[in-house]
Amino acid sequence: MATETLTLGRALTLGLRRALEHDPKVVIMGEDVGKLGGVFRITDQLQKDFGENRVIDTPLAESGIIGTAVGLAIRGYRPICEIQFDGFVYPAYDQIVSQVAKMHYRSQGKVKMPIVIRIPFGGGIGAVEHHSESPEAYFAHTAGLKVVACSNPQDAYVMIQQAVRSDDPVVFLEPKRRYHEKGRVDTDTEVATAYPLNASRVVRSGSDVTVLAYGPMVRTALDAATAAEEDGRSLEVIDLRTLSPFDLDPVYDSVRRTGRCVVVHEAPSNVGLGAELAARITENCFYSLESPVLRVTGFDTPYPAARLEEDYLPNLDRVLDAVDRTFGW
Amino acid sequence: MAKGDRGTTTRGKRATPRAGRSRSGRAGDPELVQLLTPEGERIDSVTGPDGTEYTVDFTDEEYRGLYRDLVVIRKLDAEATALQRQGELGIWASLLGQEAAQVGSGRALRPQDMAFPTYREHGVLYCRGIDPIMPLGLFRGVDQGGWDPNEFKFNMYTIVIGAQTLHATGYAMGITMDGKTGTDDGEAVIAYFGDGATSQGDVNEAFVWSSVFNAPIVFFCQNNQYAISEPLERQTRIPLYQRSSGFGFPGIRVDGNDVLATYAVTRAALDNARHGQGPTMIEAYTYRMGAHTTTDDPTRYRIASEVEAWQAKDPIARVRAFLEKQQIADEAFFAGVDEEAKQESLSLRERVLAMPDPQPLTLFDHVHAEGSPEVDAQRDQLAAYLDSFEGSTH
Ligand SMILES: Cc1ncc(C[n+]2csc(CCOP(=O)(O)OP(=O)(O)O)c2C)c(N)n1
Repeated sequence: MATETLTLGRALTLGLRRALEHDPKVVIMGEDVGKLGGVFRITDQLQKDFGENRVIDTPLAESGIIGTAVGLAIRGYRPICEIQFDGFVYPAYDQIVSQVAKMHYRSQGKVKMPIVIRIPFGGGIGAVEHHSESPEAYFAHTAGLKVVACSNPQDAYVMIQQAVRSDDPVVFLEPKRRYHEKGRVDTDTEVATAYPLNASRVVRSGSDVTVLAYGPMVRTALDAATAAEEDGRSLEVIDLRTLSPFDLDPVYDSVRRTGRCVVVHEAPSNVGLGAELAARITENCFYSLESPVLRVTGFDTPYPAARLEEDYLPNLDRVLDAVDRTFGW
Repeated sequence: MAKGDRGTTTRGKRATPRAGRSRSGRAGDPELVQLLTPEGERIDSVTGPDGTEYTVDFTDEEYRGLYRDLVVIRKLDAEATALQRQGELGIWASLLGQEAAQVGSGRALRPQDMAFPTYREHGVLYCRGIDPIMPLGLFRGVDQGGWDPNEFKFNMYTIVIGAQTLHATGYAMGITMDGKTGTDDGEAVIAYFGDGATSQGDVNEAFVWSSVFNAPIVFFCQNNQYAISEPLERQTRIPLYQRSSGFGFPGIRVDGNDVLATYAVTRAALDNARHGQGPTMIEAYTYRMGAHTTTDDPTRYRIASEVEAWQAKDPIARVRAFLEKQQIADEAFFAGVDEEAKQESLSLRERVLAMPDPQPLTLFDHVHAEGSPEVDAQRDQLAAYLDSFEGSTH
């Protein structure tokens, strides 16, 4: 087994490289993905090694990026589209929800849309407006799309390749504030037989409270679990990984054991994924619950100026606070 | 030239094109209006492809004023870049190299005209009389741009590429609906965007709407040759100013490093708009000398010799050469301007360092014009949470 220590960003780069090697129909397209290697350098060196027809610098037009990917997909390609920042996906929103998501359905299965839409998402990097958003609920609400979020280098490496091999369109969310965090990556992982893309995973077991998180908040939840341990509380942390469709059996199992659940995400709470999770857990685990499912989320405000994001974003303290509150019922 | 307002430029009316008679053959490029060469030689006037004659008629004082503007905004921009490097700003989008395009167009605006900027128009902002500290709040992350767009007739910065061109179009349609065109004191709109933005659907839709509604608008494209790393060829195969003809309105390319020509062309286009003659697209042909923003590494996508070639077309050096040749300004004047720029930038620095972080609860301000019980409850939640820390003074 070959393992390397890689940042999440580098693991993605390597995963993309493998995807390009694996299938000549795979193309990467987006703004600045070529020479520059993307603004986060996730496609670093790929154009140099695979050429301008496989790693395509596009005009500056998100609707165009996704719209042309639709045509390429119909033609048998497997486009990986990079949206430069979360806040810039909206010009492409129409193409994604009206075209990409429905093409297979409308054609009664005749047209496949094996498109990956990579979006660096979430805050915590001190950026200006439109650079720190969490648009996952918009996409998760749309039937026909898969929505996944990676949280660590190993997953990033494997999940991106699995997403490319998927015949369904995948909105692939990358936690941009975790791009530089390192971890061990097994670079020999067999993608086809690896832990599946559409599965959540228990990343830390515990017995008192189940904490659900994905993307950037997994690290925060794990840190909270470590801190809680010092207070004598045992948190079980589940990395949801797949946001649409959800994989909730492991969650139900966990909540039935712990009786308490806290959902953490950066996106605003109103009509967010936390609401959906709380409803489903309530339906399925009602008799096991000791307290309501609580949410720790961003506020229902636009993403604020960077100097306020510490206040906006869920942090360890807010998670611990919610954990405490689940014991107050 | 906001004060004196003497630089009126439109001589000809937009009329029958006079084929083969264009005198806009300057700088080795037949398609570039230029009134001041890189060596500081003044060209009297230039006839555009549609017969419009472009010239300026400034007083010595006004020429010196333009020079001063250029030097001050370059200095302020350099200071902001330095502040970013020192961690005082999260990011900075520098205008280095684009001063003439911004001052030329910014000074061509009349008080009643409305501007819709991107995130790089610090020079235009300055010309509109807005305190140059204003955009730094946005880039420092303490606010999202603090000026009143209506008071200064300069909208908030727009970061989503191209979005503002549609806002500008709607505003311009409103001017028509208000009956505020057709006279010398009619209103006009200017929308700024880059070469990359011309690929956006929004920009193309703005062209369609403006044309169809004959909106009083000037589309001012600063073609600085790159959209982050992507060169112009990745956005277009024809010169950008020619795009407009397909939408039904004229386009013109001006030497964007020439403050006089930029002024003349912009003033003429704005005047046409205010007189009810509809949109114009101006392509200010220029170059971004620095990085796209402070997070960028331009050595990955462009070569040093290209940058050097543009260095020779510097927008400030040529005005200085002109002033010297014409003996409009002396050493003492130049030294005075440098000193003034230095003082302005020092003051900017001090004031940026003194900018306080916003109070956490301001997070909830202005989410809704009419308030929201849910947001109010969340504010109370955060307040209580912050109060739970000892010594909290939120
Ligand atoms: C809709 C959208 N997509 C992507 C971005 C990220 N981005 C910021 S600036 C930029 C390049 C803009 O180039 P151009 O329009 O030529 O203007 P310039 O910055 O060169 O003045 C990009 C891709 C954005 N801000 N908005």
